Amino acid sequence: MLEVTDLTRAYGTAGSAHLALKDVSLRVADGELVSIVGPSGCGKSTLLRCVAGLLPPTSGQVVLNGTPVTRVPGRLGVVFQDYSRSLYPWLSVRDNVALPLRRTMRGRPARRQAAAASLAAVGLTDAGHRYPWQLSGGMQQRVAIARALACDPVLLLMDEPFGSVDAQTREDLEDLILRVRAERGITILLVTHDIDESVYVGDRVIVLTPGPGQIRADLAAPLPQPRDQITTKELPEFVHLRSEVSRLVRGKPLAPSDDTPAPSDDTPARAAAPAKPGAS
Amino acid sequence: MNVRDLAVSAARRLRWARQWLVLATAVGLWQLWAESRKSAFFPPPSAIGSRMHQLWFSGPASHLFLTSNATGNILPSLERILLGLGIVIVVGVPLGIALGRSPAVTAFLDPLLQFGRSIPVVTAAPVFIALFKIGTQMEVATIVAGTIWPLLLNTIDGAASVDPVQIQTARAFRLSGWQRLTTVILPSAMPKIFAGLRLALSVSLILMVFSELIGSSNGIGYEMTNASNAFDLPTLWAVLVLLGILGYVLNAILYGIENVALAWHRGARQHTS
Ligand SMILES: Nc1ncnc2c1ncn2[C@@H]1O[C@H](COP(=O)(O)OP(=O)(O)O)[C@@H](O)[C@H]1O
Ligand SMILES: [Mg+2]
Repeated sequence: MLEVTDLTRAYGTAGSAHLALKDVSLRVADGELVSIVGPSGCGKSTLLRCVAGLLPPTSGQVVLNGTPVTRVPGRLGVVFQDYSRSLYPWLSVRDNVALPLRRTMRGRPARRQAAAASLAAVGLTDAGHRYPWQLSGGMQQRVAIARALACDPVLLLMDEPFGSVDAQTREDLEDLILRVRAERGITILLVTHDIDESVYVGDRVIVLTPGPGQIRADLAAPLPQPRDQITTKELPEFVHLRSEVSRLVRGKPLAPSDDTPAPSDDTPARAAAPAKPGAS
Repeated sequence: MNVRDLAVSAARRLRWARQWLVLATAVGLWQLWAESRKSAFFPPPSAIGSRMHQLWFSGPASHLFLTSNATGNILPSLERILLGLGIVIVVGVPLGIALGRSPAVTAFLDPLLQFGRSIPVVTAAPVFIALFKIGTQMEVATIVAGTIWPLLLNTIDGAASVDPVQIQTARAFRLSGWQRLTTVILPSAMPKIFAGLRLALSVSLILMVFSELIGSSNGIGYEMTNASNAFDLPTLWAVLVLLGILGYVLNAILYGIENVALAWHRGARQHTS
């Protein structure tokens, strides 16, 4: 269980502070996949960095499985927004993936073996000896995912992970994430600015307001699992939900015949979290 | 090896052959010109070559054909360069990394750094003579004082410009401070460190000769002083050529090390451009 309570984060010094996030509260059940959408600059990356323990909140707190997050928690996987900069060009793909195991696993052979298994899980069995810059963007993104999965995380944070790959690769990667979640029951927070993606992968979609980021809406996405790029996107529920998220992101009011409680800034609509989607 | 690799290696060999051809032609022209002039100031390459052989490379096979002159003068000079560079690396790289990762301290010390590197070290050599007396200590001190700056400033720059995303990634994967240093900061700064080393190497040759010219009882610069006093021009020219060869070989060695250590850097640059 991940609990974020009244999280506020300002950048800059007291006099010229710039508020990036304001009073964000959310709860994420184990094994849940929550999409976070919002316009560029609304504080999505800031939210993830606070949850990861990389950035101390200005006020409010993050609690993961009962423990307040004050520094980077164990068994956390992170996929950063800019994969081409977060993979190390001087390390082979295998050593990049093995890097997070430095802290927990003794011996290079063991780490390399774990890295190979993680690479196999994302469909990159043969790329281990190559260097990141020898791979396509989509493959590099898979490496970043394999690296985040290598330490067997319970919580996976992904910041616009598929922002700069082509449409086909993007769909493949979305399905990869859904498969990994189904297999391992990892809790996932996925930040995106792509509305279709947020609805397609999420059990819930959280919409943030333009900066300072606040929760505008918290919608359940009760679409059947397993999801499918073609049939799921044809479902009336999908079409309805994506229009709704789209309106919320643009700041327009909801469509009238809507049975979801209307969200407001101080009491965000909280849809019931689906029970353990990872187990289904 | 595929066709493309073969083509690349053929082109490389061709370029190499052409470079040597240019050098050989230049030496040949010099030979013809010097023979026709018969000037005492510009001996022909053949005379310089035989002088080099006679001075340094006509020793017994058991000493790798090195004469006692060679072991008595070339080796001490090489030793001073290597010792000086060794000290500079051991001091400059850790210090540069530490300063590069603490921008506040570096900003504070910046006037000092700028001042230090602006002093022309050759003019400081008399100070070192007074401090250390004549001999290896003073020469090594001069080399260290002159080569520390390019290496230190380049290392600071390299450590300061590590991509923050790379640091944050390392933090997100809970690498310890030491692991961040060895697996992220140091490799990332390595291209700049090597740039500093290349500068330091060329400066070290100059300072080695200079410090031996002004105060030494052996070494290549000392041999030069003697030849100059004796008006022995073939030996002076032989020393110049020897210095050229030494510089070339030391650079080639450094380049070879860099080629291996920074293979990723060249590869990554080729792939993104
Ligand atoms: N390190 C920083 N220093 C100052 N301001 C920042 C910093 N990081 C982000 N910001 C500001 O905070 C706001 C939210 O940024 P961010 O969380 O990156 O948004 P998003 O990921 O949604 O695009 C933006 O206005 C951005 O300019
Ligand atoms: Mg962002």
